Amino acid sequence: MSLPQIEIQLIAAVVAVACALPGVFLVLRRMALMSDAISHAILLGIVLAFFITRDISSPFLVVAATMTGVVTVGLVELLNRTRLVREDAAIGLVFPALFSIGVILISRFAANVHLDTDAVLLGELAFAPFTRFVVLGYDLGPRALYMMGGILLLNILFILLFYKELKLATFDTGLAAALGFWPGLIHYGLMTLVSVTAVGAFDAVGSILVVALMIGPPATAYMLTDRLPRMIGLSGLVGVASAISGYWLARALDASIAGSMATMAGVLFGLAFLLAPERGLMALARRRARQRWEFAQTMLAIHLFNHEGLPATDKEFRIEHMHEHMRWEPAFTTQVVRQAERRGIVLSRDGYLSLTESGRQSAQQAILN
Amino acid sequence: MNLLELLSNLFLDYTLRTVALGSATLGIVSGALGTYAVLRKQSLLGDAISHAALPGIALAFLLTGSKAPLVLMLGAVAAGWVGTLLVMSILNTSRVKDDSALGLVLSVFFGFGLVLLTFIQRRPDATQAGLDKFLFGQAAALLERDVVTMAGLGTLALLTMLLFWKEFKLLSFDPEFGASLGYPIRLLDVLLTTLLVIAIVLGLQTVGVVLMSAMVVAPAAAARQWTDRLGLMVGLSAFFGALAGVSGAVISSTTTRLPTGPTIVLCISAIVLISLSGAPNRGLIWRWVRQRRNRRWLRVEAVLRDLYLLASQHADRDHGHSVAALRTMSYGRGGVAHTLGKLLRQGWVQQVGPDEWALTPAGMNEAERLVAKQEEAS
Repeated sequence: MSLPQIEIQLIAAVVAVACALPGVFLVLRRMALMSDAISHAILLGIVLAFFITRDISSPFLVVAATMTGVVTVGLVELLNRTRLVREDAAIGLVFPALFSIGVILISRFAANVHLDTDAVLLGELAFAPFTRFVVLGYDLGPRALYMMGGILLLNILFILLFYKELKLATFDTGLAAALGFWPGLIHYGLMTLVSVTAVGAFDAVGSILVVALMIGPPATAYMLTDRLPRMIGLSGLVGVASAISGYWLARALDASIAGSMATMAGVLFGLAFLLAPERGLMALARRRARQRWEFAQTMLAIHLFNHEGLPATDKEFRIEHMHEHMRWEPAFTTQVVRQAERRGIVLSRDGYLSLTESGRQSAQQAILN
Repeated sequence: MNLLELLSNLFLDYTLRTVALGSATLGIVSGALGTYAVLRKQSLLGDAISHAALPGIALAFLLTGSKAPLVLMLGAVAAGWVGTLLVMSILNTSRVKDDSALGLVLSVFFGFGLVLLTFIQRRPDATQAGLDKFLFGQAAALLERDVVTMAGLGTLALLTMLLFWKEFKLLSFDPEFGASLGYPIRLLDVLLTTLLVIAIVLGLQTVGVVLMSAMVVAPAAAARQWTDRLGLMVGLSAFFGALAGVSGAVISSTTTRLPTGPTIVLCISAIVLISLSGAPNRGLIWRWVRQRRNRRWLRVEAVLRDLYLLASQHADRDHGHSVAALRTMSYGRGGVAHTLGKLLRQGWVQQVGPDEWALTPAGMNEAERLVAKQEEAS
């Protein structure tokens, strides 16, 4: 691996973790689409700030764009509060309008500077190592790495400092308000964080990848765990995995790095969606199948229990006739009987079934329930 | 350019006519079908579908090598449909919520589409020119055959909508009731979503993947403010969509370097803004005026009642009371002197001395009526 390759992967990994941290809370608070709205709307902020400073790398740009993101959130809430449109519609109304203004401003007044819509939306990570951070003539590495590293640090600090508040405001807004934690303040703090991260990441990876990295890894982690600290950690890991594997996918296909990373974030979520130990599709199917068999065994035990000591015991307990009494398919019945035998619920002797002591107990318990 | 010239251009100029017709078509179809999306709280599904369509367009080109509008649109419809299906199955089988599912499908499909686009672009036999217009839309590149395809598909979608009018109405407002009547609600849901996918795909070439969601949400959100009836809302929404489409196309054609897609979106946003503020009954201005009127009337009632209370405690009904006394009674409402002036003009109070106010007989009647009404209510 050459130095630029390592640098690209390093930047990608830092971006992934920086996005995953606020993303966890967006996903948990059911505001995932705010990342979509913010990451589009910041275009307007970037353009406006660019007109003022005429310098694409000015720190004022970051501040102005971040403010636009927060203003977007405020506008959505304002619109929502009129109760004339629902929240989803409010999001869908605000950000396309702001984005359109941004696009029009760019094509009207900034067509010949280094600021075009493709770059903001799609990003080009491959160029990130070319802009260096030079201090007193020493080349300290790519500028994007420092930028995103700083934002990552900010995110970590915010979450560490306000962990308790964030957790409470996320899971029980009412209680947080009652205890005087100002959930509104926490909300806007989080939105500022999302905004800063989106702004920092836009010229490295583009705003769509910001959305993918903010939602994908946390959603994947959400499939895997029930604990907040673990979810945060897992999101970071999944983010880094998407970033690195996406980079190599892009190299293999000679295609867009940002797009490949988004694709890998989707693939990883797909894997978790299918294979997650407790909530995955496979686990669900397996659990359902097992429950079906267990239910059948319990029904068998109840049937035997109900007829124990009654005159027609002979007829009712013959294995050959069992499927008629239970109204099951013969093949299914044979399998249920075999499983019930293995689990020690029933005993078969000379073609007849009888309940064991534990079978009797489980039948009794099932009836009582 | 004067208005007459503009109108003649609209009919005679090939490019402008094509663009305007295409924009009008997309506005009508997405406006009409977007109504259902907004009513069913699926506003952002449109965003996910339009982004999800991108890889479909690229794949259709990769597989067939053709850039015929119908082929690309079919690819887009297929991908948009798969995206929607994925959102539904994530929602139905896991605990991941709708916002995350939508955002995930949106960004991942778009990312994958980007991979395919760049993959196509970097192949040596680059014949891909024109595929990336789907990103931001390029209305100026619309050809007559594009518009014909759009109009054909759009008519098909609208006819289907009219054919299943009653069913879709039921599906949007009370699906459980519909299911209990024996309608195949799941199937209808899929059909309506398919129509929405078609509506979105129609607009991709003109407005682009990123902004198409606005054309689904905005016309319907604007139309919602003017009416409570579904039929009217669908019609209005289609009209707003068409209006924004045509005016966006015209405005961008008269100004240099004004991209059509964003202009159309700004036009529809302006229509939304006007509707939100100005629509009768629901609009913000209307609401503000009503609130103001109510508040004034409440103040009038309060002072009238206070005077009545004072009068009933005095043997002499014409005994005057000072503003200060009334002010202490109507704590926090303020503006007592102003309200007294209004009551005076109504002929309900009279000034019996300097700073002494009493009810007139008419005012007494009015106050008695008021108190009786309140007692009845409580």
